[in-house]
Amino acid sequence: MSALPRIKTVVDPLFDNNPIGVQVLGICSALAVTTKVETALVMSVAVTGVLVFSNLSISLLRNQIPAAIRIIVQLTIIASLVIVTDQLLKAFFFEISRQLSVFVGLIITNCIIMGRAEAFAMQNDPGRSVLDGLGNGLGYGLVLTVVAALRELLGAGKVFGFDVLTPTSEGGWYTPNGLMVLAPGAFFLLGLLVWLLKTLRPALAEKP
Amino acid sequence: MLQHFLSLAVKAAFVENMALAFFLGMCSFLAVSKKVETALGLGAAVVVVMGLATPMNWALHTFLLREGALAWASPQLATVDLSFLNFLSFIGSIAAMVQVVEMAVDRYLPKLYAALGVFLPLIAVNCAILGGSLFMVERDYTLAESTVFGVSSGFGFLLAIVALAALREKMKYSNVPSGLRGLGITFIVTGLMAIAFMLFSGIQL
Repeated sequence: MSALPRIKTVVDPLFDNNPIGVQVLGICSALAVTTKVETALVMSVAVTGVLVFSNLSISLLRNQIPAAIRIIVQLTIIASLVIVTDQLLKAFFFEISRQLSVFVGLIITNCIIMGRAEAFAMQNDPGRSVLDGLGNGLGYGLVLTVVAALRELLGAGKVFGFDVLTPTSEGGWYTPNGLMVLAPGAFFLLGLLVWLLKTLRPALAEKP
Repeated sequence: MLQHFLSLAVKAAFVENMALAFFLGMCSFLAVSKKVETALGLGAAVVVVMGLATPMNWALHTFLLREGALAWASPQLATVDLSFLNFLSFIGSIAAMVQVVEMAVDRYLPKLYAALGVFLPLIAVNCAILGGSLFMVERDYTLAESTVFGVSSGFGFLLAIVALAALREKMKYSNVPSGLRGLGITFIVTGLMAIAFMLFSGIQL
């Protein structure tokens, strides 16, 4: 790993090693907060922030943490960072923090954060760990934003709250697809996105 | 009274299924659903841990963390609000609970312990369990309600993961396009299952 140039640590998780599409991490929150682009963006920023700082602090402490209790130490660090994030959101973006409800707290159990701490930050120096955190946060945010944009566009005819396809109820021609707003729509979209990703990058396809 | 609990249980297990309606516990839901046997083991462990952890976190929240909860200790503490510590204490108590369950299973049910293997400790980071505790706080459940809620949401998760594992075992014989194999088709099958579970939303007890 150390032979990789630093830029690759950031760019790799965007497509080739995407946390959601390839590593299968952090799917819980990816689906729940993607009915609107706005909440998805706030969630991505929150997760990226927590991921960068948790990677940084765990990497700084990596030689001090005893192996036997490392999970609970990591959880404590992550939980403290999430509490800070939650308080910041409540203070500055109260409306959005209410829409995200329990999903801010669930960043603690977002597997991306634990997974990267365990797989990367425990073995690498702080600088590289921060880059890895940033890359994975952006890869996560990319998928979240794409899913949210598609769900908001097809489900409500809007993107970012602006009318794009005017729904019939407001005199337009587009009939909103209610399925997209519900849980199954998110599963279908994510499945199709994974299909697209694996078709573009055949090396990632699973062997039969 | 009984009716109230029954309707809460049905709602938690079917209508608001943790995995299919709220996407909680998705990581283990997708990772451990390749074989029915392991899926059943993980599901059973989730039922036990959720059934114990939700009431325990209820007690933590009600007697220590909620605004004014410390009034029983001394009147001066009646205005203290420690609810910002919810996340940290919940995850701590869940991790401790998982450790205790792991030791108990190891001691009394060695067979199940061997079958669950690495998945048992991983329950600590299963979002469904933390999510259950956070929903419990948000919806202001009582002790009895949170116990019923914990057990039946765990049961809903068990049902969903076993059903998905059974489908995936059958799917081994299907000819799936190569890019869709594995994760992609699993998402789409889960989506179809979620539609099926939405039919329960009309049930009113």
